[in-house]
Amino acid sequence: MTTASASRACAALLRRDLLLTWRRRGDALSPVLFAIMIVMLFPLALGPEPNQLARIAAGIVFVAMLLAGLLALDTLFRADYDDGALEQLVLSPHPLAMLLGCKILVHWLTTALPLLVAAPLLAEMLHLPRQVLPVLLGALALATPLLSLLGAVCVALTVGMRRSGMLLALLVLPLYVPVLIFAAGACDAAQAGLPFTAPLLWLGAALAMALVLAPMACAAALRISIS
Amino acid sequence: MNTLTLWFHKIGSPPTFYRLAGRFTPWLFALAALTGLVGLYGGLVLAPADYQQSDAYRIIFIHVPSAWMSLFIYFVMAVNAFIALVWRIKLSETLAMCCAPIGAAFTAITLATGSIWGKPMWGTWWTWDARLTSELVLLFLYVGVIGLYHAIEDRRQAARAASFLALVGIVNVPIVHFSVKWWNTLHQGSTVRLLGPSAIDASMLWPLLLMALATKLWFLGSLFARARASLLELEAGKDWAREEALRTGAAP
Repeated sequence: MTTASASRACAALLRRDLLLTWRRRGDALSPVLFAIMIVMLFPLALGPEPNQLARIAAGIVFVAMLLAGLLALDTLFRADYDDGALEQLVLSPHPLAMLLGCKILVHWLTTALPLLVAAPLLAEMLHLPRQVLPVLLGALALATPLLSLLGAVCVALTVGMRRSGMLLALLVLPLYVPVLIFAAGACDAAQAGLPFTAPLLWLGAALAMALVLAPMACAAALRISIS
Repeated sequence: MNTLTLWFHKIGSPPTFYRLAGRFTPWLFALAALTGLVGLYGGLVLAPADYQQSDAYRIIFIHVPSAWMSLFIYFVMAVNAFIALVWRIKLSETLAMCCAPIGAAFTAITLATGSIWGKPMWGTWWTWDARLTSELVLLFLYVGVIGLYHAIEDRRQAARAASFLALVGIVNVPIVHFSVKWWNTLHQGSTVRLLGPSAIDASMLWPLLLMALATKLWFLGSLFARARASLLELEAGKDWAREEALRTGAAP
């Protein structure tokens, strides 16, 4: 038996996951639809006053993204666990953290990237001032991978549970709080005309750390819950 | 095997720990009650009223020790969780999981007493201050650990998964501790310091420290009692557990 190199295994995994997502490409749109519907609820609940909406627009967009991401998290390992592919990943000779990193990357590409593309639309629906939009997109670009990475660790812990929805939210949301604070803080500062680089740098630093640590933590968690 | 390792292995075995903890638990509770009563008497009756807050400040004799405990217990839980994950010691799994409900209770007490104090002092029950928010997140972390532990059927696997979550959540502990320093918001900074002089009068300090000791003792007693119960449950099939159950069942 010849064992392919780890990079080839990763490439194969990436190709497989992307292909699987492409076969069900309609599913990739559902987080976007969900986020749009959440955003739609706020003007209905708070009244359509543009100034008021503009003040809280960035926060609403972040919360909508976060909730949409939370709902999409469950799909990260669900199908693979059901058909046994996940166990094969755990048993494979390649470093599990690297393989999981690839899975998280594909998950981010297929669930968070569409949200990022839809973000200007959401911002426009809420009358977000134009000059804040680049900051919002920058903060989202840094925050969504971070959310995917942190979420993956928690999903790995709950994989195999039948009714994990509420529990997953309970585990994930406390970890999402700092990300939300810094991301929304950057937009608030930009809206008030204050310097906004510090929170973005914090997000970048957290992302750099999570990129290294989260796949390893995810692998350790997965070994616990699959054993 | 040298004496220390032997001793460590002995303590770590469920039957020995069960017997040892059973001997300590009543003493711990009695000492906790004694120090707690003296501390409360000192704090609520003997200590002078504050020149600014008059008698309302006295809630700190409950609030501050609980707040210390909420962080301390998380730390104890994380250390046990680490030991449980690395060396797979069954006792550590049990101890880590028994820490979670006690820690959650102390966190809830901290939040409740804090908001009762905040109403007359700050004029509001709740404010989104850095320390309050991070303490609330701490409560959610505790609840998450408890929830995950009870959601998985296999007890040992559940303990390992929840231990892992406890370790991930430990990033919040320094955030709670330093939040008053990093974001200088409404909640006051700490006045009691381990190193250097405290910014609190001695007549108020000793009841506070006594209360801190009482909560620690109570935590240990409660932890031992909980750990004994769950060890008995975990080892229900073993001989020593059956003997224990028969012995206590025969002499009611």
